[in-house]
Amino acid sequence: MKRIALLGMPNTGKSTLFNRLSGASARVGNWPGITVDLMSAKILIGGHIAELVDLPGLYDLHGFSDDEQVVRHFLSSNPVDLAIIVLNSSQIDRQLSLALQLKNLGLPAILLLNMQDEAKRAGISIDAEAMSRQLGLPVMLISAKYGDGCPQALQVAARQMEEKPNRVSSQTIASLLEADVQIEQDMLDIVKKTVQMPTQLADKTTDNIDKVLLHPWFGLPIFFAAMFLLFQFIFTAGKPLQDGMAWLLALLRSSVLDPLLSALPSWLNGLLLDGIFNGISTVAAFVPIIVLFFLVMSMVEDSGYLSRAAFLMDAFMAKIGLDGRGFVMMLMGFGCNVPALMGTRVMRSRPMRLLTMLVIPLSLCSARLQVFLFLIATLFTAKQAPYIMFALYMASFATIFLTAVLFKNQYKSSEPFILELPPYRFPTPRQIWLRGWQEVKYFLNRATKFIVIGVVLVWALTHFPTDVPPASSGTLAGQIGTLFAPILNPIGIDSQLAIALIFGFVAKEIVIGSLAVIYGLQGDALSQQIAINIDWVQGMSFMLFTLIYTPCLSTIATLKSESKSSRFMWLSIVWSLGLAWLVSFIFYQGARALGM
Amino acid sequence: MTILSNLNPGEHGVIQAIHAEQALHQRLNAMGFRIGKKIELIRRASFNGPLHVRIGATDIILRGVEAQRIQLNAA
Repeated sequence: MKRIALLGMPNTGKSTLFNRLSGASARVGNWPGITVDLMSAKILIGGHIAELVDLPGLYDLHGFSDDEQVVRHFLSSNPVDLAIIVLNSSQIDRQLSLALQLKNLGLPAILLLNMQDEAKRAGISIDAEAMSRQLGLPVMLISAKYGDGCPQALQVAARQMEEKPNRVSSQTIASLLEADVQIEQDMLDIVKKTVQMPTQLADKTTDNIDKVLLHPWFGLPIFFAAMFLLFQFIFTAGKPLQDGMAWLLALLRSSVLDPLLSALPSWLNGLLLDGIFNGISTVAAFVPIIVLFFLVMSMVEDSGYLSRAAFLMDAFMAKIGLDGRGFVMMLMGFGCNVPALMGTRVMRSRPMRLLTMLVIPLSLCSARLQVFLFLIATLFTAKQAPYIMFALYMASFATIFLTAVLFKNQYKSSEPFILELPPYRFPTPRQIWLRGWQEVKYFLNRATKFIVIGVVLVWALTHFPTDVPPASSGTLAGQIGTLFAPILNPIGIDSQLAIALIFGFVAKEIVIGSLAVIYGLQGDALSQQIAINIDWVQGMSFMLFTLIYTPCLSTIATLKSESKSSRFMWLSIVWSLGLAWLVSFIFYQGARALGM
Repeated sequence: MTILSNLNPGEHGVIQAIHAEQALHQRLNAMGFRIGKKIELIRRASFNGPLHVRIGATDIILRGVEAQRIQLNAA
């Protein structure tokens, strides 16, 4: 099978083209260098099946970034039958250098000048035929976003592969990758002969939007307002969807599963329904919010606004060892930690990425919010409630900054902060949909396995041994609660709350449900019972602990898969547990010492 | 003669030299920072934040530390 490599600078629409040609869905982002794992797809070209590989975006074939090394490594070790080079037409005056570098390798290649629609609006005209003669490569003008010129480009690619079989071995390429000199002069030469650029860019839209959004005084307030509105939208629109999903799942259980499985022995029935079904439905109920979250975030990401947010917040983030992009990810974490952790892929430097991933799980995510809303309503008056909620958000920020400051020397990053500000773009619905779907699939795949195992485990803990009532102090969970008493008593958490905390390790969404199981009550009766059993100081201590310790198994799984390091995963778990205990201890003992 | 980090918003200059180690040099090169190119400072972020510059059709943000390495001819 022939192999075709897709090469180009970051942010030139390479992944969009890949999606269009393959029909699959790679990530499409308006961030420089978004593709980290190699994507490939089988495509039909000139009557044959060929493998199309989407290589990471690179600025320079001889550069030192991880992505640039990946590309070099790939070309030196994999035979390639055709290189499709994708460049941004509007920036051809500087990007052509990459095409020249690649051409010098001697591979059969074609050059696609993408974003023709934008270039046209900006008044840039390129004589493709003249450029093709100068370069000695076929040159095509395309728009991957709208599909213009793509079928023709495929035909040219097929012809090129047919006529010019690759005679360059990977070893030769490896040696050719050593040096280049002539390129700068050649680039100037070709651009001069073939490209007409207006001295002043004709498209002022981006400039005008930036004047407002990056304003020295209004830029930050606008940014915060925009973020607030996005979260409002996600949760306002997501709540009915989530409720609907929960209702559907409850219906499924009561009308199908309960009658169907009632013939089974009660332990198996309990395991299947209270264990596995509840576990899966916990994840499933969150799918609508996750879908919405990704749809909205992919829209923001593709619009080019995230680079602007990074610009606005960088000064502050630099002081705590992070950079502007880290702030954006933290904000995403206030919705859900899992996509925020996945979002750190845009960072190239590993230490910076790890430090960001270490602080994200401290963001007060929507699942914790649900626990807090319930307990605050139970333990405080309606007048006190907003202040308590605000205090918890402040505590979340404080722990994030504390963690970043404490660990910034371990995760020192020397990566310079140089980022391209792409023009504002409106992603097409197709782009948004493909991207959102890809992320959801990824999330479900991983989260389901983890949650099923976790839930089965917790079910077992609260149901064995079988001769005592479920979730009572005689069960394994109860015994663990007693075991942890010496640690948890000093922070005011009794053995019943301790069991809820164990449940909370799987997912915070289960905490309130588990309290219902533990007390054998629900709704108002549960609230009253809790208000009798614990006072507000204990409740606050419990909430602080819930806020800081590991958010859920999905987050842990994501931490591990994204960092590819169990050590890092354990560091995150141990640090957050330790910090949670310490903060709760200081609060609880301090409050008690003050006579509260 | 001046350095990029000393420009005021709206001012421009021509890149005369880039004082950086190889990795940073290449990164800047690929972003369009090349000797002889005209560069304009568009704006600075508040609180001593990054600089927003324009070279040709490309907008780039970079921190002051990196901007100090870029020497300009006053144009």
